[in-house]
Amino acid sequence: MQTLSDHILDIAQNSIRAKASRVEIDLQEDPSTDSLTFTIRDNGCGMDEATLAKVTDPFFTSRTVRKVGLGIPLLKQNAEATGGTLQIESKQGVGTTLEAKFSLTHWDRPPLGDMAGSIVILVSANPDIEFIYRHITEKGCYTFDTEEVKEIMEGVPVNDPEIVMALRQMIRENIKEITQTT
Amino acid sequence: MEKIKSLADLKRIKENVQTKIDLREKSEQVESLVQIKVAMATCGIAAGSKETMNYFIENLEKNGIVAVVTQTGCMGYCYAEPTVEITKPGKDPIVFGHVTTERAEEIIQKYLKNDELVADIIPVNFDTIKDR
Repeated sequence: MQTLSDHILDIAQNSIRAKASRVEIDLQEDPSTDSLTFTIRDNGCGMDEATLAKVTDPFFTSRTVRKVGLGIPLLKQNAEATGGTLQIESKQGVGTTLEAKFSLTHWDRPPLGDMAGSIVILVSANPDIEFIYRHITEKGCYTFDTEEVKEIMEGVPVNDPEIVMALRQMIRENIKEITQTT
Repeated sequence: MEKIKSLADLKRIKENVQTKIDLREKSEQVESLVQIKVAMATCGIAAGSKETMNYFIENLEKNGIVAVVTQTGCMGYCYAEPTVEITKPGKDPIVFGHVTTERAEEIIQKYLKNDELVADIIPVNFDTIKDR
């Protein structure tokens, strides 16, 4: 994966496949501890211990169309290449929480990439799922909540191309404000 | 284009879209939408399906095509990612492979507008008993 936003888009789809109705994505950049951490928390079906033990194995997948599952192994590899960690907690019937920690300034840390694009793709393809995206930097905090958006939309579908582009711009502008380096 | 930053800005855009949708529904073509599904699993994302999807969203309206663009999972054609499945109303779905943004433009101009096929179509390789 080229960017962290690609990883987030990829991993969040595991939550969708786990039939979650609410997916929370938190991203925190903290220069004081030289860390960039993102957490994806869902209320999906969760995994039993045996499955959880196998998720970082690239030759394990719950899909039937192919025999490899690279989403989590690739993320783990990228995180660990920067001296970071990947942790997954899961409880059947409750949900799953994944936390990936990167070194913020490490050469091998992939750039954040088009976070707004990833969020908008998730939101527009899954209009029935509530997504909350929280981005925290030392400059401030931005929260995007699909419930707020739906209230405004009053029935206009969030996957209309024009709405998709507007949402993307809105998220992008807000992220820019808290990440811009002067 | 005006800047969109707050929920209030978003609301303004929504008003515009609302009127467009109302017009569209009155002209009775709701059922005749083209469906475009971009495969977006690990393999697709790594191959750049995000750019492909953005390209379709941004360029369909310019070309006067009303379509629903959405994402789907992996269809097992990881070698041909980014893959896109297009269903035109009343026709069988077609899966296109290696859809870079250039190929996406070709699909818009040739297949969506003129029903001409383009290269790298993935053939249907099985039917289920149910389909027969």
